[in-house]
Amino acid sequence: MGDIRLMKGNEVIAEAAIRCGCDAYFGYPITPQSEVMETLMARAPWEETGMVVLQAESEVASINMLFGGASAGKKVMTSSSSPGISLMAEGISYMAGAELPGLIVNVQRGGPGLGTIQPSQADYFQATKGGGHGDYRLFVLAPNSVQEMADFVDLGFEKSFKYRNPAMILTDGVIGQMMEKVELTAFKPRWTDLQVEEISGSWAATGKNKNRKQHIMTSLEMVSERQEKNNERFQAKYKQMQEEDVMFEEIQCDDAEYIIVAYGVSSRISAKAVDLLREKGIKAGLFRPITLFPFPNKRINELADKAKGFLSVEMNAGQMVEDVRLSVLGKTKVEHFGRMGGIIATPSEVVEAIESKLIGG
Amino acid sequence: MTAIKVEDIIKPDNLVYKKSSVLTDVPMHYCYGCSHGVVHKLIAEVIEEMNIQEDVVGVAPVGCAVMAYYYLDIDWMQAAHGRAPAVATGYKRVNPKKYVFSYQGDGDLAAIGTAETMHAVNRGENIVMIFINNAIYGMTGGQMAPTSLVGQVTATSPHGRDVDLNGYPLKITELVAQLPGAAYVTRQSVHTPGNVRKTKKAIRKAFENCDKKIGTSFIEVVSTCNSGWKIDPVQSNEWMVENMFPFYPLGDIKDGERDDVDKYLVQKLKK
Repeated sequence: MGDIRLMKGNEVIAEAAIRCGCDAYFGYPITPQSEVMETLMARAPWEETGMVVLQAESEVASINMLFGGASAGKKVMTSSSSPGISLMAEGISYMAGAELPGLIVNVQRGGPGLGTIQPSQADYFQATKGGGHGDYRLFVLAPNSVQEMADFVDLGFEKSFKYRNPAMILTDGVIGQMMEKVELTAFKPRWTDLQVEEISGSWAATGKNKNRKQHIMTSLEMVSERQEKNNERFQAKYKQMQEEDVMFEEIQCDDAEYIIVAYGVSSRISAKAVDLLREKGIKAGLFRPITLFPFPNKRINELADKAKGFLSVEMNAGQMVEDVRLSVLGKTKVEHFGRMGGIIATPSEVVEAIESKLIGG
Repeated sequence: MTAIKVEDIIKPDNLVYKKSSVLTDVPMHYCYGCSHGVVHKLIAEVIEEMNIQEDVVGVAPVGCAVMAYYYLDIDWMQAAHGRAPAVATGYKRVNPKKYVFSYQGDGDLAAIGTAETMHAVNRGENIVMIFINNAIYGMTGGQMAPTSLVGQVTATSPHGRDVDLNGYPLKITELVAQLPGAAYVTRQSVHTPGNVRKTKKAIRKAFENCDKKIGTSFIEVVSTCNSGWKIDPVQSNEWMVENMFPFYPLGDIKDGERDDVDKYLVQKLKK
């Protein structure tokens, strides 16, 4: 039997980090995710696994500490919430440019600016379209339960090392703050120096020796032709993500005429809305992208052959809806429903939106 | 190769001048008369003499030294502008056995990266921080730096640095020396053979401090930028001696180790 507990989403991020053999966490307090670092500090994993936990002077410093730790071929992570992620955008771009792995958790709150400490999904564009400057993407996972918060830490690291690209867990204040039952995985030991050498020895800055050339962790390339080659290599990775690592969940989509597309907490609410719609005799289904990048374009396009309409339910003014439209490619109607300002939509509001925007509209 | 002890450097065997094996054959892009090349060479020599090439990682800045990794044959990280101390911290914390040094200019270390500089030293990170202060932004074409002197003419202070408009030149090294995490803080230059030797000695001491875990070692090298200053290399050295040294005096500011923790313990919070 696994280790089953009742835990908060944010706390489980910390626990999962320790259990998956994470080497270091660097962070800065911000609501609604401060429990991640608080839990780590209380657990003192440096005594248990040797994992480093360091409170940095800013999110800017945190992400650059990630850059340093990742350069050593280590499993390093940070967490923050929306305004903090904006501050990290520069460093994330540098990591993508230098092809460094690392895990960033964004427990989203409402914006713009300081916005609100209440939950939101307003950072979809920032997470999936790059976020910082330059043509790069992150591998973006969107958990909708405390269990997935736990599971996606290890998964995020796995993908970020597979692609040598930063990965992000894009979650929200609800999933971060709510408590649920979670089954924790067994402890995995941190990589030994030998394992780091095996896994990342071909590129990491582990110390230059006579048998190899220098390893330089840089995003700079002054020769345009070479930089274009770099860009092409990055784009090939994003394409490979699209081919190999798309994740999604379908609930009652097989015979669905109206499909709700939602991720994170919105998918939990929408699942209830689907039940309510079915009770009314409306054939509704839920399509939940689990990876927001790579986005499940192909499957949504297939579903669009039979569906009469899609409703993208998000806690924002309409962001993922653009990707849904690009997936559906005009085959059928695509609408958006969302609440903003930190307000969580109710299942009955989603039902009304389906009725007014798709069925009646 | 074995490490050479400081006292053995003077032995005849070690006195033959040669290019350090840690320097690559890539021609440096630095302007004639620039101090960067000399400081690079000194770091390379120290790495070779300490025999730590396999155990050292450098952090390059944004600025003229952004491509320092072309010249020193070691592993490198190239940090975002001003963030080298944070990058060095991240690396050192997960790989405490390595020697880690950051190499930054005045704009990088004392303007955009002030927070990272102060906090890395305040934490007493066991790293070496090398600070090239030439009182100007060289890479971008000679704009005013945080360390530009009052009255100094630059591309963005064409009428001379005006305190009312731009504030005062920042003596960040003196600030750094105030921080309890600092072990060794010194200001050197490389404009004469004697000064070159002193700077090398300082660099060696700083790298040796990493092993002792006594806090951060910080070396400012007051440097020339004849391109930015728009005078020739010889005049640059003279200008530096005449104008910079009075404001940025050479010598050790702190030489010891990070402050004793007991000094900072509040009585009622003591365990």
